[in-house]
Amino acid sequence: MSEPLLSLRGVNKSFGAVHVLRDVDLDVRAGEVTALVGDNGAGKSTLIKCIAGIHPIDDGELRFEGRPVTIHGPKDANALGIEIVYQDLALCDNLDVVHNLFLGREIHSGLTLNETEMEKRAGETLKSLSVRTLRSLRQNVSSLSGGQRQTVAIARAVLWNSKVVILDEPTAALGVAQTEQVLKLVRRLADNGLGVVLITHNMNDVMQVADSIAALYLGQMAAQVRAKDVTYTQVIELITAGRSDALAAVA
Amino acid sequence: MSAQATVPAPPVSEFERETTPGQGGIGEAAGGYWERIKGGDLGALPAVIGALVLVIVFGIMEPDSFLTQQNFANLLNQGAAIMVLAMGLVFVLLLGEIDLSAGFTAGTGAAILGVTLTNHGWAWPLAVAAALLTGVAIGFAIALLVARLGIPSFVVSLAFFLGLQGAMLLIIGEGGTIPIRDDAVLSVMNKNMPTGLGWLFAVIVVAGFAATSLRAIQTRKRAGLQTPAMSVWAAKVGALAVVVLIAVFLLNQERQRANAPIIIQGVPWVVPLVVALVVALTFLLMRTSFGRHVYAVGGNAEAARRAGINVPNIKTVCFILGSTLAIVAGILLASRDNSVSPTTGGAQTLLYAVGAAVIGGTSLFGGRGRIVDAVTGGLVVAIIANGLPLVTQKSGVQFIINGLVLLLAASVDAVSRRRAAATGR
Repeated sequence: MSEPLLSLRGVNKSFGAVHVLRDVDLDVRAGEVTALVGDNGAGKSTLIKCIAGIHPIDDGELRFEGRPVTIHGPKDANALGIEIVYQDLALCDNLDVVHNLFLGREIHSGLTLNETEMEKRAGETLKSLSVRTLRSLRQNVSSLSGGQRQTVAIARAVLWNSKVVILDEPTAALGVAQTEQVLKLVRRLADNGLGVVLITHNMNDVMQVADSIAALYLGQMAAQVRAKDVTYTQVIELITAGRSDALAAVA
Repeated sequence: MSAQATVPAPPVSEFERETTPGQGGIGEAAGGYWERIKGGDLGALPAVIGALVLVIVFGIMEPDSFLTQQNFANLLNQGAAIMVLAMGLVFVLLLGEIDLSAGFTAGTGAAILGVTLTNHGWAWPLAVAAALLTGVAIGFAIALLVARLGIPSFVVSLAFFLGLQGAMLLIIGEGGTIPIRDDAVLSVMNKNMPTGLGWLFAVIVVAGFAATSLRAIQTRKRAGLQTPAMSVWAAKVGALAVVVLIAVFLLNQERQRANAPIIIQGVPWVVPLVVALVVALTFLLMRTSFGRHVYAVGGNAEAARRAGINVPNIKTVCFILGSTLAIVAGILLASRDNSVSPTTGGAQTLLYAVGAAVIGGTSLFGGRGRIVDAVTGGLVVAIIANGLPLVTQKSGVQFIINGLVLLLAASVDAVSRRRAAATGR
């Protein structure tokens, strides 16, 4: 198997006396969806915030494309090509789709904004993701459905030639049809060669799109396994008990 | 599994090509506009309707004094300071903040102008610069407390409201009123453009709008993006041309009372000043990333922060712009009154300006508003301020009506916001 795009070894993180992450290992490969699962409080959010540079790690190693890297802030993560789509999406309702996609990284020609260039590139990006559900790029985000908003947030993450996209519970607030659309989009991101990390509580999502499943249990990585090697029940066991006897027997 | 197979595929329309409004000419554009209004995006509609209704009402009640060319020119002079003050407030309101001290910031600016011009004999550019710099300092101080310390702008600007009132009294001193005698400052509000220059100005405004909007359309066309129909463009340019030309025609009429020795006619000099401010500030807000970031901070400050926008910096610049424009308004007030007194910028000045911005369509909740709102809303407020004293002498009635108008504007804002939330706009 090829070298992982992003790999964590022995990552520890404490908040005061609380040891949140203990010797966590994680591999994210290009072209794959890595599902990060775990119960509430298992440390999923802390782990991605460490990758995003929001929390510095206490010790451990972070390797990106084989090189050891240190991430001191969100800008470092962005510079490496790591983008995060947060659960609340962080979109501005009063701006249109193009403005949201380029927010904070607008394209200029001289002093002024280059609206045509931004709109063109926004259209191309959405097309590359085979997004056909938007009526107009110039409609305000407030007029979009939950699934469309998620799409815009994901498109914003891939607009900058990013290599790793981390999605925090992208389907949590969506209906059945919209969940389906977003999962297809997640799959397409991986098929386009990105490393995708999908954080979710929904086992159906995991079984449907994940290539690899990483289960956190009380701050420790219970196991990272190939999705095709495990059953639904075994994943649930990993999440709730931190181990799976059946899985151990196979290994 | 079979159930899944029978689910019809979601309707697939070729991405943003066919179903987009705006391609089909005026009819479709009007339909799209009506949809937006139903969805709670009223734009300038309340201001336009308000202005028309008020003109008709006052025109019927007081045809001899309200509907005169003299009064039309007065209206612009009365409205100009409110409009400029409101333009500054638009920046602050876009953030979802408020600056209650803007009125007395204007007064302080006028006081500094008056003292430096009249008492110290400074040249007017120096005096104006001193006043403007004071505005920058006031805005910076307010922003420091609001954006860095996190005190609500309501409280900070209320404190400045009181503090600046005191500062004004101290600057003006015992005399009470400082006359202004500088020709340059006085001519802004008291002199008019020659009629020929007025016409030239009208042509420049219309042609400038036509050319820039046409160029925007052509750039989009060249890039292969959807463009509004040319008939819509022509209709907009035509409407602007009609309004501008009628206004200039009326202002170019002789408007002095019969058998007076001097002729008063032409567009007041303050009009091109206001137009220039509208153009420059609209450019700043709509065409630069600073402007985009202002809207982003007002819409969702947390999202803006995560997008790498320095939110405190944006807020600081907005407060500075607000206070500096308030100073400009103060200079206009001083020019109009030929003097500065402790009441300059006081009384209803601030509420008129807030009302102007809100009536024009700027939201008190942040994230929605335009510079031109200050002008359309300012016109409505000026009509009320101008017409009401002609109708009733009782200042009690005038206060109550002004209060009601402000409440009405805020209600329209709140209701349209709720409608917008309900229809997902």
